[in-house]
Amino acid sequence: MATAPLVRAPAAPATAAAPFRWASLRRPSLRALSIGLFLLAWHLATLWDLDIYVRFQNIPSPGDVLAEAIELFGSRVFYVHILASLERIWLGFAIATVVGVGLGLAIGWFTFAEDTLLPPIELLRPIPAVAWVPISIMLWPTERSSIVFITTLGAFFPIVLNTIHGVEGIDRQLVRAATSLGAQRAAIFREVILPGALPSIVTGLSVGMGVSWICLISAEMISGQFGVGYFTWVAYGIVKYAQIVVGMLTIGVLGMLSSLSVRLIGARFMPWLPRRAKDGR
Amino acid sequence: MTVATESPAGRIEITDLGVVFGRDDRRVEALRRFTLMTTPGEFVAVLGPSGCGKTTVLNAVAGFVSPTAGRVVVDGAPVTEPSADRGMVFQQHSLFPWKTVLANVEFGLKMRGIGPAARSAQARSFLSLVGLAGSERAYPGELSGGMQQRVGIARVLVNRPRVMLMDEPFGALDAQTRLAMQELLLSVWREVKTTVLFVTHDVDEALFLADRVAVMTARPGHIRDLIPVKLARPRPAEILASPEFMALKARVLAQVREESGRAWGEPRR
Repeated sequence: MATAPLVRAPAAPATAAAPFRWASLRRPSLRALSIGLFLLAWHLATLWDLDIYVRFQNIPSPGDVLAEAIELFGSRVFYVHILASLERIWLGFAIATVVGVGLGLAIGWFTFAEDTLLPPIELLRPIPAVAWVPISIMLWPTERSSIVFITTLGAFFPIVLNTIHGVEGIDRQLVRAATSLGAQRAAIFREVILPGALPSIVTGLSVGMGVSWICLISAEMISGQFGVGYFTWVAYGIVKYAQIVVGMLTIGVLGMLSSLSVRLIGARFMPWLPRRAKDGR
Repeated sequence: MTVATESPAGRIEITDLGVVFGRDDRRVEALRRFTLMTTPGEFVAVLGPSGCGKTTVLNAVAGFVSPTAGRVVVDGAPVTEPSADRGMVFQQHSLFPWKTVLANVEFGLKMRGIGPAARSAQARSFLSLVGLAGSERAYPGELSGGMQQRVGIARVLVNRPRVMLMDEPFGALDAQTRLAMQELLLSVWREVKTTVLFVTHDVDEALFLADRVAVMTARPGHIRDLIPVKLARPRPAEILASPEFMALKARVLAQVREESGRAWGEPRR
């Protein structure tokens, strides 16, 4: 390690004949080391029951969490919670996508739709979706439908606003070009407006997916009998502290995978964008 | 693959065209009593200082803006809306970024409901006409500025327009590319024989390309002088240095300079 140069490994693609260079492992190993140190700090804090204003007496150790995770993922009931959450996310997100993209396209394209549909959306937008929980419970007949409603609401606003933004950001010259090539209204919408707004729509979907997870977990913690959020909250109530952390990590991984799949599916529909933008970096 | 590339050449009649934008204190009179007639298959360059309303003339012929006064007629029919008969080549960034080069050129044919096979065959012959055979699958973002403009020209010509409108199409290109594009345009035009209305502020470009050069006044724009360019065709790039060309250029330049002076608010003598 001591001989490794301080400069970054070159970004140019290595040729087959290039000799193996330790420098190319430098950054990955630093990153692995960083995670290792974090886990070690967590382990020591719980081992020594650290009490430095924040208290680690009741916090499970990494080992406890791992053991609990192995047990939970070996049992059927944990999957029931995961599936319940995934179903709500999928439903809520799908409804938000259809309604949000549909309304966004209409509002962005027709002035009349903007004047009639946008004001209530703008009015309700500042209210965090979680604040809707009590109303939602009264509004919807079943617990499942009220949680799906909260999830939909969370995803809806970023989707609709990014769709409007995408339509409004389309270069007017492209619309003119289309008309002078013989395109009528429906064709302009299909061939210019829709693909032109797509990058912004996908951004909205990606953000919406993140927000809908936040809303889902909050709603499940407040009301419900199933779901990873419910599971995590109940684990606290029944003093199964390791389960809390397994619940948290599961939520994190599920949220990350959902956002990743939204981005990957989006990128498949936008082959004209350069790779860098697709990675979402 | 032999697809006829010839276009029906249109006759443009612009009579007393007036265009006003905005109202009250934001009122801008872009054109006033602008009159210009072309014969079918003619190449006319509209030359003028920036802000003189050159582009507005094109937009009126394209059907993007409606006249406040006067009329625009192409082959006897008044212009009321945009049409594939009057295709426009813009200065830059007008290709559909999400469509491949081939799909961009096919666009007009698709709008006419022509099937995929015929579409592709026709688009390919127009792409090779502008020297872009082999780039069909590229996206516009992967092309140089000059290549993008060639796609823009092919995309208009594939519709066999009566008129091709060109709005400073080479203005954003470097000098070498611009000259190559001008030569390419002339050789393409010899094949397709459509009427061209070409807007530019570059005197060399106007004289090198056109049969007639219409010099515009400062705003509100109308035609100050119509100068026939009687240089033999095909025109090699060398004529740019010929005494004949130089004499014409001096004459046009003097007029343009006077009008830009006016546009910049110099005191009138």
